Amino acid sequence: MADATALPRARGPRSLNLRLWLPAAWLSLLALAALLAPFIAPHDPLAQDLLMERLPPFFMAGSEPGYWLGTDSLGRDVLSRMIYGARVALFVALIAATITCLFGSTLGLLAGYYGGWWDRVISRLVEIWMAFPPVLFAVLLVAVMGTGLFSVIAAIALIDWTRFARVIRAETMVQARMDYVDSARIGGANRLTTLAGEILPNVLPSIVALLMLEMGIAVIVEAILSFVNLSISTDDPTWGSMIAEGRGAIHFAWWVLLFPLIALFLTVLSFSTLGEGLKQRFDPVLQ
Amino acid sequence: MTMMEPLAAMTTETQPALFSVRDLRLSFPDMAHKPLFGAAPRIEVLKGISFDIPTGQITGIVGESGSGKSTAGRVLVRLLEPDAGEVLLDGRDIAHLGEEEITPLRRDLQMIFQDPMSSLNPRHTVGHIIATPMKRYGRGGTREDAAAALVKVGLPAEFVSRYPHQLSGGQRQRVGIARAIALEPRFILADEIVSGLDVSSQAQVLELLKTLAQDMGITVAFISHDLSVIRHLCDHVIVLDHGEIVEQGPVQAVFDHPQSEITRTLLAAIPRPELDDSWFD
Repeated sequence: MADATALPRARGPRSLNLRLWLPAAWLSLLALAALLAPFIAPHDPLAQDLLMERLPPFFMAGSEPGYWLGTDSLGRDVLSRMIYGARVALFVALIAATITCLFGSTLGLLAGYYGGWWDRVISRLVEIWMAFPPVLFAVLLVAVMGTGLFSVIAAIALIDWTRFARVIRAETMVQARMDYVDSARIGGANRLTTLAGEILPNVLPSIVALLMLEMGIAVIVEAILSFVNLSISTDDPTWGSMIAEGRGAIHFAWWVLLFPLIALFLTVLSFSTLGEGLKQRFDPVLQ
Repeated sequence: MTMMEPLAAMTTETQPALFSVRDLRLSFPDMAHKPLFGAAPRIEVLKGISFDIPTGQITGIVGESGSGKSTAGRVLVRLLEPDAGEVLLDGRDIAHLGEEEITPLRRDLQMIFQDPMSSLNPRHTVGHIIATPMKRYGRGGTREDAAAALVKVGLPAEFVSRYPHQLSGGQRQRVGIARAIALEPRFILADEIVSGLDVSSQAQVLELLKTLAQDMGITVAFISHDLSVIRHLCDHVIVLDHGEIVEQGPVQAVFDHPQSEITRTLLAAIPRPELDDSWFD
């Protein structure tokens, strides 16, 4: 009897690892910075010093030692504000994306597996929901609920659960047609056990990839809302509010806007790349 | 497949049939022709068929694709509920039993699927796949029990920790058999179980199924489109065409004196092993 050993790898181990480790490294760095912000930030992110306003970053002429990435128009340290901004970004990403994922994926699994009325009700709800323009919806929600971190989180969860519901429903429907589902029923499993024990493990990689993507989206939505001053109070530094404040001075103090923008870009990119990388990692067939 | 001699058809039955199916009807909604509003038209897949599955024997269900043979099989193990008709198991009608009533009966009504890649969950180990149903029915379900079931189907015990994609097609189908027999069922539905395998694996898997069925006294319904396989394996045969039974009886009788055009066509489709001069041109 021929013995089948491991299948040929679809991707070289090197490129797979880089896709996984580069974003993971950036996000761990960010998480560490956010956790240890009071200890590692060189300055108080709120301390104003009008004598030190618009200092350029360290590699340019006229920079001051200690102010690595320069200061903004009120003389606040850009690096310190970015480090504290990471706290808000990561907190929103983690909490909002997790809530969104749990809610949306559960509805997607139920609609995809049970079909019938479950599917009809949930699918119609998703269609109606998606007819609202999302950013407008978020602004509206925060305006109604009042500004603040928890309004931002609630807004993200209320808007974006449809992404999970749609994708996970489609994925579940594909899996539900596989013979292993019938096979579990033949083996005495009831419907809920079949869904949780057989289908869910096969849908999980997609859920994880989407969760990572959603974290990136949550970071963007938070930035958008703080850009229009609808996130947490203006005193607290966030990447979005830094970008908004730096906009006016872009011609002569570009660093105020550029560094938080780069952090935002790298974070969103890292989340989506990590999601894809993890999806492949999870797949026993691709291993 | 020369190792298997044709069985003499057993015509003297004393035991009552395990299954008695009477006037079975089943239809599916035709979603391709569903009007925008209102119900979809129905396609009749089984048009009132009646047959028996004799206890302790292997019954072949044969027909071209779309003849309803898989559908009929799935009604027997109640993965499908028929529209009308009776499915008598030991004289008890199971055609419309609900979830709670059918689940205890499932231990006796097992199934082996056509495509083991699809029927073995890629996320579970072989051990988990075999042991989980055993646990549900209180028939052990330890790692050792799963290993014992693997040995019974001729696979090494250490396969318990392997994943389905690490096995070959023939090995996977043996795992499918191991899972079914581990519950010591009274009936196994084998749905085209060798059609995805190469010829030598086919012969081994068929031989294994036959031996196990005889040793454990399991009644088997064997679905196939391949009459040569049916002839070697089965005692009885039911020929289906477009949802109707065109012929049924002991294998020997049906093969020697086919009554219907469909059976003759299927028989003519069996490849002959004889060499022909034209092969060498």
